[in-house]
Amino acid sequence: MTLQRLSSVFRSATASLNSGAGVLTFRFSFVFVLSFALACLAFFANAVQAKEAVPLGDAPWVEARMVHISEELRCLVCQNETLASSRADLAKDLRDEVRDLIRQGKTDPEIKTYLVARYGDFVLYRPEVKPSTWALWWGPAVMLGLGLITALWAVRTRRKNAAADAAIDAAIDADTAPHLPQVPFSAEAQKLVDSVMKNRE
Amino acid sequence: MRLALIPLIVFLALVAFLAVGLKRDPHEIPSPLIDHPAPAFVLDTVAADTPRFSPEQMKGQVWLLNVWATWCLPCQQEHPMLMQFAQQGLVPVVGMNYKEIQTDQDEAGQPLLPATRLSMARTKTAAWLKKHGNPYAFTVLDVDGRVGVNYGVYGVPESYLIDKAGVIRYKVVGVLTPEILAETVQPLIQKLNKEPFPQQPVPKAS
Repeated sequence: MTLQRLSSVFRSATASLNSGAGVLTFRFSFVFVLSFALACLAFFANAVQAKEAVPLGDAPWVEARMVHISEELRCLVCQNETLASSRADLAKDLRDEVRDLIRQGKTDPEIKTYLVARYGDFVLYRPEVKPSTWALWWGPAVMLGLGLITALWAVRTRRKNAAADAAIDAAIDADTAPHLPQVPFSAEAQKLVDSVMKNRE
Repeated sequence: MRLALIPLIVFLALVAFLAVGLKRDPHEIPSPLIDHPAPAFVLDTVAADTPRFSPEQMKGQVWLLNVWATWCLPCQQEHPMLMQFAQQGLVPVVGMNYKEIQTDQDEAGQPLLPATRLSMARTKTAAWLKKHGNPYAFTVLDVDGRVGVNYGVYGVPESYLIDKAGVIRYKVVGVLTPEILAETVQPLIQKLNKEPFPQQPVPKAS
């Protein structure tokens, strides 16, 4: 049937090309063929995509809250995925559990406490701040602080040494090349030279 | 001189941390349920004609709850160990079959009724135990895995050692090996068996 229709459309299109008022009819039938083809395409595309969309199963607000909470929770099977994005079986079960708790009117902290009571702090991507997690929370900042202090200390020592070296060079110059203009020592530099020379002896 | 040792000390500390980290299994998540009462439940058992099971029934004795399923390959590896353990008769072993039926649709794509899923789980579990041997004093069916969630199950097999008062005292994630049984579980059972029950409140001197 569709073929017949298509060929008749084509015939009318070619026929109208020869007739006097042909241009308009040709355009019209071309649009018709195009839309018909598109309709066919849509039909077949539908047939290929035979799988139904996964039902949301719940009110959108439950779904939205579930996703919001689950994004903060770790899937225990894949460990580097959130509960919201994991396809693991257990993650699906836990999402169902979270949906249930939302429907029971539990608050977000209550739901998190519920899961922590069963699976431990590990389920939280953002663990609670408490003595056992202090190292986790403040450790990096402490390490950074220690690093900065060490760097500062190293730079200071190096500067001090450079100053001492310059003073010693000047002293040697004064000793070996008295014809050069003498650079007067400050009391501080003299002290430095004395201490360094004493250490080096 | 002494300052020069600091990088070495820091390096050795780092090596020590990494060495410990290498030995730890990231899949073994410490259970928060240790030293907490075992969550209560009432579940159907594998035999349709026996009453439903509740952990309450085990009060007064130390017991092992083993979470397993016939589709779980490590459980099959664990099974001979459990058979041996059960034959020793140290403590009763209760098997909790976790999500035996992995689909919620039948062959025609229709959703399975809970009753159908239960009877399917019964058939499969009973057949498997008949073929391979039954180490369990009770076999309960957690068809939808809800009880498993309460116990913090995230993979099978898992085993929980529960004391006379119904408190979880130890959890093994993964296969029960002869080493774990001999070095940890059995000494703990002996210790728990010596604990008094019922734990009567100390009477106040009037």
